[in-house]
Amino acid sequence: MRSSKVNWYKYASPVNFYPVAGRLIPWFAVPAATLFILGLYQSFFVAPTDFQQGEVYRIIFIHVPAAWMGMFLYLLLAFYAGIGWAFNARLSSMMASSLAPTGAMFTFLSLVTGALWGKPTWGTYWAWDARMTSTLILMFLYIGFISLQAAIDDRRRADRAGAVLALVGVINIPIIYFSVQWWNTLHQGATIRLLNKPTMAAPMLRAMFIMLAACWLYSIAVVLYRLRCIILERELGTARVAAANPQLAQLPQKGVI
Amino acid sequence: MGGYAFFVWGSYLVAFIAIAGEVMLLCRRKQSLKQAGLALEDIGKHEETS
Repeated sequence: MRSSKVNWYKYASPVNFYPVAGRLIPWFAVPAATLFILGLYQSFFVAPTDFQQGEVYRIIFIHVPAAWMGMFLYLLLAFYAGIGWAFNARLSSMMASSLAPTGAMFTFLSLVTGALWGKPTWGTYWAWDARMTSTLILMFLYIGFISLQAAIDDRRRADRAGAVLALVGVINIPIIYFSVQWWNTLHQGATIRLLNKPTMAAPMLRAMFIMLAACWLYSIAVVLYRLRCIILERELGTARVAAANPQLAQLPQKGVI
Repeated sequence: MGGYAFFVWGSYLVAFIAIAGEVMLLCRRKQSLKQAGLALEDIGKHEETS
């Protein structure tokens, strides 16, 4: 009887993963767009007005998902960078490079929307409290990772240097998350906790989770799309791709976004 | 928006610009790869048939 086992390890090769990523992208992009529309409808037309903050609280439906995505994507980035460094896995390092711009975008969004929320709520766009400062540090870590990789011409050295920075910066994520518990901060405490009942009304919670799901699906689609670009840019040296496509020798070597 | 239109709509406008900007930059990156030579889909087809 013929064995029907799938050799999953072959997909660790960038060239083999390239078509898989292409097939996966629509399965995440289309639901992401649908959930964004549904989430915005829930946020503005279904979720009731907050009795304390009025209508300004609706910023939460973009601010909180953006903040969560900034942190989650950094953890993923550090994981893939670490795997790429430890096992010399090119695809993992490429994945880390692909995650960085999207994570930076979400962190930037969380800072800007947080400032726009802070002005009417606390009377100031910015305060050097623990959560905001540690989120700003996260932004610098993302920028540092992208800049460090862009500054080193040798791709393997760039991946290793980026991995070191990413892994050292991981300590910032629990600092951001627990800052509202460890310090007396201006930023409010967590409304959604793992072990306790949330302090938010159900329609508001529903809108927030729909927006979070939309952000997740969008991130996966965009990261896979960028990964395909990175695979093409970096893998021109492999004999298999170069022999089949001699025109690719003319392609630009490095992009950032 | 109870007098807070600038802050609420401003937040969503920044979010829209950031997300649309990222998608546009990615499309531009793909376009520059396409213009340099081969269509990206041909790489996938080559891998599937080999």
